[in-house]
Parts: sequence; C-alpha cells; structure tokens
Amino acid sequence: MQTPTLFALLLLLVLVAYGTGFSRAIAAARSRGGVRSLASLPTYYGVHTALWCGLPALIILGFWLVFDDAIIRALVLGGIADKPDSISGQNLLYAQIQNLAAGNLIGDTSPQIRAAADHLLSLRERGQWMQTAITLILAAGLAAYTLLRISPDMRAREKVEKVLRVILLVCASAAIFTTVGILMSVLFESLRFFQSVPVTEFLFGLHWSPQMALRSDQVGSSGAFGAVPLFTGTLMVSAIAMFVAVPVGLMSAIYLAEYAGKKVRAFAKPLIEILAGVPTVVYGFFAALTVAPFVREVAQSVGLEASSESALAAGLVMGVMIIPFVSSLSDDVINAVPQSLRDGALGLGSTKSETVRKVVIPAALPGIVGGVLLAVSRAIGETMIVVMAAGLAANLTANPLESVTTVTVQIVTLLVGDQEFDSPKTLAAFALGLMLFISTLILNFIALHVVKKYREQYD
Amino acid sequence: MTDLTQTQVRERIAARLASRHRKEKIFRGFGIASIAFGVLAVLVLFTDIISKGSSAFVQTDIQLQVTYDPATLGIETVDEESLAWANFDAVIRSALRERFPDVTSRRDKRELYSLVSNGAGFELRERLQENPDLLGKTETLWFNADDDVDTYVKSLSKSKDGFLGRTSEQKAQWILALRESGELEKRFNTTFFTNGDSREPEQAGIRAALVGSLFTLLVTLTLSFPIGVAAAIYLEEFAPKNRWTDLIEVNINNLAAVPSIVFGLLGLAIFINFFELPRSAPLVGGLVLTLMTLPTIIISSRASLKSVPPSIREAAMGMGASRMQVVLHHVLPLAMPGMLTGAIIGMAQALGETAPLLMIGMVAFIVDVPHGITDPSTVLPVQIFLWADSPERAFVERTSAAIMVLLAVLITMNTCAVWLRKKLERRW
Repeated sequence: MQTPTLFALLLLLVLVAYGTGFSRAIAAARSRGGVRSLASLPTYYGVHTALWCGLPALIILGFWLVFDDAIIRALVLGGIADKPDSISGQNLLYAQIQNLAAGNLIGDTSPQIRAAADHLLSLRERGQWMQTAITLILAAGLAAYTLLRISPDMRAREKVEKVLRVILLVCASAAIFTTVGILMSVLFESLRFFQSVPVTEFLFGLHWSPQMALRSDQVGSSGAFGAVPLFTGTLMVSAIAMFVAVPVGLMSAIYLAEYAGKKVRAFAKPLIEILAGVPTVVYGFFAALTVAPFVREVAQSVGLEASSESALAAGLVMGVMIIPFVSSLSDDVINAVPQSLRDGALGLGSTKSETVRKVVIPAALPGIVGGVLLAVSRAIGETMIVVMAAGLAANLTANPLESVTTVTVQIVTLLVGDQEFDSPKTLAAFALGLMLFISTLILNFIALHVVKKYREQYD
Repeated sequence: MTDLTQTQVRERIAARLASRHRKEKIFRGFGIASIAFGVLAVLVLFTDIISKGSSAFVQTDIQLQVTYDPATLGIETVDEESLAWANFDAVIRSALRERFPDVTSRRDKRELYSLVSNGAGFELRERLQENPDLLGKTETLWFNADDDVDTYVKSLSKSKDGFLGRTSEQKAQWILALRESGELEKRFNTTFFTNGDSREPEQAGIRAALVGSLFTLLVTLTLSFPIGVAAAIYLEEFAPKNRWTDLIEVNINNLAAVPSIVFGLLGLAIFINFFELPRSAPLVGGLVLTLMTLPTIIISSRASLKSVPPSIREAAMGMGASRMQVVLHHVLPLAMPGMLTGAIIGMAQALGETAPLLMIGMVAFIVDVPHGITDPSTVLPVQIFLWADSPERAFVERTSAAIMVLLAVLITMNTCAVWLRKKLERRW
C-alpha cells in the first residue's frame, strides 16, 4: 500500500478508536448508574484509545520511512559480489540499479545489474507489504487491548495528560535537536575536510582558491584553502555595516525615546521598522544595481579606482538593513532606564542631551553593547547582500572599494549546483559553516548574557 | 569655591550656557538626521524598486494576421502527434513577411523575425490544440514582442529617441511603423502572472515561483505552528526549573540568532544527504524554514501566554480543573490571537528567506508549476535572485516587478498581524 493511503487508513482507524472508546466507556458505566460514575469524562476514554492506536503506529512508521531506503540499499549492494570499494563508485552503481528499476535506463546493462534491479524491486514490494501489515496490526491490536481495559475506575484523563505532557516536552526539545543537528552536520563534514586540508592551513593560509584539478598536471592544479582573505573580507563588510548601523540606529533610538513627540514616534518608528521586514534578496538587488554603480561613480569622480562590486556598497546596504535591529534593541534598553535617573539629572540642571549622554547611555550601555554584538553576528551571517554585491574574488585587501568575498558567499558558491560530497571543495563549505556557526554562537551567547544580566537590574 | 564671588559664578555659568545649548541643539540635530536617514533609506529603496519595476506590468504586444495554413505548418490533421511536429514558427514568420513585404534580404528577414517573441509559436500551438477547426483559417492575434523590442518601446516614452540596445535602426523603423498603424501596443502583462520561469524575459513569469512559495509556506506553517505552540506551552506552563529546561531556553534564544545559511547547511547534510529527500522540493524547503522560524514562533507564543493573567488560571484551578485542562480550555484560547500574530510574522520571515533555500537546490531553473510538495520548484525570493543575475536588460524590470509582488505580500501579512494584534488585544 502506498504511504499516503496508509496514513489515511491509520487516521480512519484512530477516529474509529476514539468513537469506540467513547461509547464503550459510556456502556461500561451504565451498570453503575451512568456517566457520573466514570473516573474521567467519556471523551478522555476516547482520546486514550485513539492515542494508543495512533501514536506507536506513527512512531514505527516514521522510523520505517526514515531507514527503509538505507536498509534496502545495503541489502541490494550486499547481494552484489564485485562491487566497487569507493563510496562514489557504490553510489554510481546504486543509481544505475535504481534507474533500471524505475525503467529510466535504456541501453545495455550487465545481467548482474539487472538481477540487482529485480532484487531491489522485490525488496521494495516486500517492504511496502511489511510496512502496511505491521502498522495496521500494531494500531488495531493496541486499540483493541486498550478498549478491553476500559473500566469505570480507569483514570483515563491522567493517562492522556501524561502522554500530552510528553508530547509537549518533545516539541520543546526541538530546539535542542536542531542545534545538535546543525553541529553534527557541519562537524562531521568539516572533520572530513580537515583530513585532507590541515586545520592550520585553513585558519592561517593567505590564499583561497577552492578549485580542484581534474588532472594533476593542470595549471593551478592544487586548490588553496587558506581562509584568511574570507575572514578579513567578512570583517570588513561587517565593520562598514556597523559603521552605518550603530550611530544611526542608536541616535534614532535616543531621539525616538527621549525627544520625539507621540506623533513623530507613531510615524517614524514603524517606517524605520519596515526596513527590518524587507527580504535580504531585495537589499542585494538594490545594492548590486543601484548602490554599487553609485559608489563607483562617486569614487571615480574623486579620482579613485573602484570595482563594480565593492565591499563598500555591500556594507552600506547591510548597514541600512541592520538599522532597525540596532534601534529597536536600543530603544528597549533606553526605555528600561528608570525615569528617576533622568529626573535626578534634569533636576540638577543638566540639559537633555547631557542627561542622555552622561546618565541614560552609561546606564543602558551594557544592554546597548549586547544589542550591537547581536547586530554584528547578524552582519557576519548575512548572505544575500554580499552574494549579490560584494563579489567572489578572495582579495586580501584593506581597500573598501575593492571587491572582497566573505564566508557566507563562499559557502553559497561552493554548494550551489550538483556535486559529490567527497571533494575538499564542497567539504570546505561545511568547514566555513562551522566557523560561522561557532563565531556567531559565541557572539550571541555573550550578547544574550549581557542583555539578560543588565535587564534584571531594574526589574 | 569661596574665592569666587556670586557674580563670577553667574558669569561663568552664562558663558558656558551658550555652548551647552549649542551642544544640545547639535545632539538633537544628530537624532533628527538619523531618523531622516532611516526614512530616506526606506523611501529611496521603494522608489528605486517601483520606478524600475512598474514598467514590467505592461508588455509590448504586436498584432499579426496569422494563417493556420496546413502547408506551412506541415500537417494535415490536428492530432497530438502532428501538433508536436508542426512548424508554428513558420506561420509567424510568414505573417511577418506579409506585413512587411518589401523585406527581402536574408539578414533583414532574420532581423524581422526577431520582432516577435520566441514563445509565439507555442501560443499558436495551444490555440490550435484547443480549437482544431481553426486549421486553414486566418485570424488576427496579439503576440508578445521580443524583449529588445519591448525595452525599446518602453524607453521611447521616456525620451524621444529611445534606448536602442540590441535593436537596429531598421528594426526601430518597423517598430515605429507598427506603432503608427496601431498594430503595436503596450498592454497589461498577463504573461508575468501566468507563466513560469523562462530564459526569454518576455515569456518569464512568477506563477511557478508563487505556487512554490505557497507550498513551502504551507509545509512550514503546518509544522512550525503546532510544534512552536506546544513548545511554548510546555516551557511556560509545565516546565520545572532544571538543567534540561535551562538548556532548552538557551538553545531557543541562540537559534533565533543563528545565521540562516547555517540552516541551509543542516538541510543539505541531514534532509538531502542523509534522509535522501528530493532536492529542490518544497518539502525540504519547508522543513528547513520550519527549523528556522520555530524560535520566532516559540518566543512570541510564550510572550502571549505570559500576558494571560494568573487569575484566569487560578479561577479554573479553583473549579477543580487539572493543569492540562486549565491550559487547553482557558489559557490557550485566550493566548491564541497573540500566537497567530507571531505565526504570521514568522511566516513573513520565512517567505522572504533565500539563502538556506539555495543550499538545498531550490535555485534550479524550473519552468513548470509544481503540483505537490515533492515536485521540484523554486520560490519567489530565489526567483528574484536568479533574475537579478540575468544579463538581459529586460530582466531588471521583471526582477523589480517580482520584488514588488513579494513586498506587497509581505506588507499585507505584516499589516494583517498588526491589525489582528490591535483588534484582538485585550486589556485585563
């Protein structure tokens, strides 16, 4: 049976289980004087039966769907006597077998592969049968067992609630699974990368050119994986962005919090926050088509050489993107500074700006620093703007008018398209991803810690 | 202090006061300038996109008299097989020759044929397929002009000479002649909304990308909303204070700030390489975006659970409800509006996301409209990214127009969220 049909059938079974549980509970209570004598409401008996009917079957089915391809593959490949040793060779062979089984392969094939394809088909069919049978028998069996145990004294509600609580806990743990998943995926591939490229070369090498040669005597045959140009490029673009975003964001937050009247605030705040909702690909387009030519023209008019894709253009636009982020975080912390501090300073005769500069900002500083750190991590991780506007050339330069490349740009360029995952070229992307994840994680951790610690002071 | 007389002090204060007030003004000026910069950035961004993109909603069309001549088509009857072989381009070509009979040289003819889009033949095929009786008959139809013609015609209205681009002087004269006689018109560009991607700008549309976005968002919403709400309920209502829940807390906050491209790496390594889910499919895109938007939804759901006053819980508890009943029957319905706004904002975030989807292969060139969550497809932001890379000038306006559509959807979603919040906000 096809999986969607199986799911539908399972759903039907669950509904039937609910209905039967419900009516059985009422029937069981009849001899004792009606529904009143039940330990829980009849609904709970229904849900209890439905849960036992559906959950275990779903879990089994989930595992099955995840692992059956791998198991079938191992069985099929295990049945072939002289299979290639390398992983890519095995992949190729298996792809051939799969294509033949799907009827896509035209041309002559060896009898061995044909036999393997038949094996694959029969295994798949048997697997599907077993899957259907096991799921349905499990569901029906457990439902029947639970139904038999229904009695007026059974505390169905408590049992249901226990299960629900576990489900809630599992959902809450999704964040942990995600983090573990990210770590595992980037870590394993990075370790494979570091087997072929030494860590020291990656971290301290000054030359980045991730081409792998097809022949050993080719020109520029050895790929170079020194990531320093990427790190400096990332830092430069982020620095330019922060140079725009921090003063503008901070000052506008101060103005909105301390000076602006209600009307200005109601108008300007949402308008600036629109910037946060614009997708990054739009900023990228804007940077590449409007800002970059503009930057180039301005630079040329003062006699400077600028490339068409420059760190400056990407950084400026990224800065604009981050303004609302900085301003809303600063706004929060500035508003959290108690009014009594301001009143005190004003009462001593300070002007408003003196109050802000000497009292409010120092009091809010840890929170602002935390917000800025979060913004930095955002700038480091931003992809689309730099992909579209900063360029691909890994220049080790301090000139913002030149084209630079960043960690995120390289991850995208290395991984977009079809490729095998056993060359250092593609694995390098995961190593870069690991660096990105670790650095932003550290920044976020510090930032969140600072913000949290500071906020508690005035609570 | 004592050696200063009162007048001296007053003088000093008066002397400094002017400078202090000047500083105050400057500080204030910086504040106003910052706000102005932000507002200006919004205005520049939007006017830039709109001025570039609004022209894409019209498209230059050319009117031709086409004859479904069996000889030219090379078919005798209308059936599937012969339609597949029929030479519809020849029909268009002969129609163009008829319109401009004085064009004779080979080079000029080729130039002439390039007036009309390459897709015109397909349009004719579809027409004949739907009305087989047309065979042998003649009718007058409008066809999309080629993108170079389109660019030229559109630039004509801005300046008198117009931007020639890849249009030759002779072609320009034909265009002007057609325009003179009313056989060339700028009409509403329906192709842009009904077609999928294409290498020809005049044939390229956003329908496939829109449907792809819709499927991806559907997967994201069905997964992230229930999981996010359940997680928020657990953390806010049931979680004991222990290591595990602390770990969850820290994790959620950190995940909210992890760069989106890292989620793309996760999707590539786990969903595609390990679980071997199909590449370029809304299913995988939706899964990745689910993991990405989950923290947003959890955080906003928790905030809205927190805003339900404890008296509600106490009252329900006092009536003998269990904890679960208190939450499911009383707290959750009251917190639902806030959770919905959070979900809309999360979905808006997911809709605009590009980088992680590049990793899982949603950058493929896809013409067909996807029919399910496992069909290869692309999404609107990725379509924008792809078009932005195209060298043809005509793609610039399509890109901007696609951006306008995307921004319109996003602004609608965000306005909905704000409106919902305003409308359903409750003061306790």
